[in-house]
Amino acid sequence: MIAIKAKNLSKRYVLGAARADSVRDALSGILRSPRRSKRDELWALNDVDFEVKAGETIGIIGRNGAGKSTLLKILSRITRPTSGRAEIRGRVGSLLEVGTGFHNELTGRENIYMNGAILGMKRTEIASKFDEIIAFSEVERFLDTPVKHYSSGMYMRLAFSVAAHLEPEILIVDEVLSVGDAAFQRKCLGKMRESGETGRTVLFVSHDMSSISRLCRRAIWISDGRIAADGQATEVIGRYVQQLAGSGAEKTWEVASVAPGDDVVRLRSVRVCSESGETLNSPDITKPVVVEVTYNVLREGAVLSPNIQLYDERGTCVFVSIDQEERWHRQPRRPAAYVSRSTIPGNLLAEGSLTVTVVIATLEPMTVHIQERDAVIFTVTDPNTGGSARANYAGQLPGVVRPRLKWETIELEGRDK
Amino acid sequence: MQLHTTTIEPPRGRFDIDLAEIWSYRELLYFLTLRDIKVRYKQTAIGVFWVILQPLLTAAIFSLIFSTFVRFESIGVAYPVFALSGILLWLFVFTSVTMASNSLVGNTNLVTKIYFPRLIVPISSTLACVFDLLVSLPLLIAIMLFYRVGFSASILAAPLFLILAIIQAAAIGMLFSALNVRFRDIKFALPFVLQIWMIASPVFYPASSIPEKFRLIFAINPLAGTIEGWRAALFGTPFDWPFIAIACISTLTILILAVLTFRQMEDSFADVI
Repeated sequence: MIAIKAKNLSKRYVLGAARADSVRDALSGILRSPRRSKRDELWALNDVDFEVKAGETIGIIGRNGAGKSTLLKILSRITRPTSGRAEIRGRVGSLLEVGTGFHNELTGRENIYMNGAILGMKRTEIASKFDEIIAFSEVERFLDTPVKHYSSGMYMRLAFSVAAHLEPEILIVDEVLSVGDAAFQRKCLGKMRESGETGRTVLFVSHDMSSISRLCRRAIWISDGRIAADGQATEVIGRYVQQLAGSGAEKTWEVASVAPGDDVVRLRSVRVCSESGETLNSPDITKPVVVEVTYNVLREGAVLSPNIQLYDERGTCVFVSIDQEERWHRQPRRPAAYVSRSTIPGNLLAEGSLTVTVVIATLEPMTVHIQERDAVIFTVTDPNTGGSARANYAGQLPGVVRPRLKWETIELEGRDK
Repeated sequence: MQLHTTTIEPPRGRFDIDLAEIWSYRELLYFLTLRDIKVRYKQTAIGVFWVILQPLLTAAIFSLIFSTFVRFESIGVAYPVFALSGILLWLFVFTSVTMASNSLVGNTNLVTKIYFPRLIVPISSTLACVFDLLVSLPLLIAIMLFYRVGFSASILAAPLFLILAIIQAAAIGMLFSALNVRFRDIKFALPFVLQIWMIASPVFYPASSIPEKFRLIFAINPLAGTIEGWRAALFGTPFDWPFIAIACISTLTILILAVLTFRQMEDSFADVI
């Protein structure tokens, strides 16, 4: 069954005139230009087509200003499209902001009812979930205090709790989880995941690629008001991240003279692939990843040690690995093409995007022939289908690496003995 | 399970109002009204007593001026009672139009983040002021008893005139609230408009003091016939039916005009506000 069907959705904003704040502006606007120049227009959304099946959880990604929020606003009926149409089957709950309608002078209790009503909950529905909401929010003690005396953390928790208990057939969530403390974020993500599992349709905008890949099977990438990609989440995210970084999982230098290197060795290509040799933009966290470096040795008798360096999104060096194969250790090479493959085991890297820097050097004496920074990029994803260190835990996991360790738990002798 | 299908389309300039939809959002209307009422007198020392104090002070000042310096003939009751009855209605119209015109702009976060029939916002402002009006009514009854105004059966018609005033306040309120989204000029024009409206209404003078040749123009102001009818019902004086009929017609006209304007502008609220 189709839950959302969008056909040629477009939204045009007229710049300037839309902001006319006074009668005079509006009048002079009419007198001056009967036909507006094209420059004053902005197509925030341009011919967007997609369908969402009931029960799907879909991530919407894209840069700021790409049109994600406009799409959500149209689907939540806050604003109307300029052309095109959409059909929505079921009750829509939209969460474009946390705590909409909260009033500082009202108490926590009053705000729960107020906010619930604004989000479309019936009074009886709020009443029946009231205890659950306050338990989730962890602010029981301050329930009858005006929220203006709340700390910002308490305020956020209360607001999230109401939202988390919303149970529409279709849930539309903008990037609201970026605020609030980490522990509570995790709790909310867990709750959202739960709601995805109960057959709810969820549309979820986020800049956090790892939470999208965890929560969503499918992702839609919006760029300049158009759909740039729509498909399996891990793949769409991989392409999006590469576009952001300006490179991909594979890089080849066609012209030898401009390839990185010197008169000893020159780089030909660098590639991230699976063990079977298939190029991978967004490898599964549980599977091994092969970094393949191809190069031409130009000088007879060169002694070379390639190494790779991985950096994460924050620029932290995850590791450096030097080729330690016995066969080429201190071994002079003949001029030829070589390929060096290094295999990073599955369940070692953490989720997220990683860039690979490739270095080819002679160690004795130390001479760097090639140092190609950020040659390729790939995104490790965890579709959360089991077998990873997260053991089906849906929240955020910190850490530069995420090894799956051997765990063993045994029961010691009972206490009563 | 049968699910409701919503179709999202570009605005087509239709002039229908989906009353069923507004009804389905009645709980939001209830909570917004409740919020307005609760919040209004927060952090004031005497709170809801302002509802009684405002008309009382205004009536006292009017009484001082109009029973000492200027005198009106044939009002039938003591001037303070006469003045208070008009002031109660006028203060209600004044506050609710002022509150409602600012309601959409004051609730920008609701308008840009949540869908609901936008009419609910100005209507909730009006309803919150209805609450104040009802709270202040016992004051009028007390003053009437104090001045020994006789009650007649016609007092049963009084609520009808209250309803008429409420419809007018709601209509003007929603009209200005919509215009205010697009034109912030409203903020500056409104006090002026309200001032003229008060002078053009028989708040502190009786309609009978208007010269005959201006009566028809005077009657177009819906509040004129409303206040006159309200007083006739309270004090048991004869109803001026043509006057009241004109008030009903112009109330209806303003209501239709306001709703049409609102509907026309509603679709662009979130983009323009």
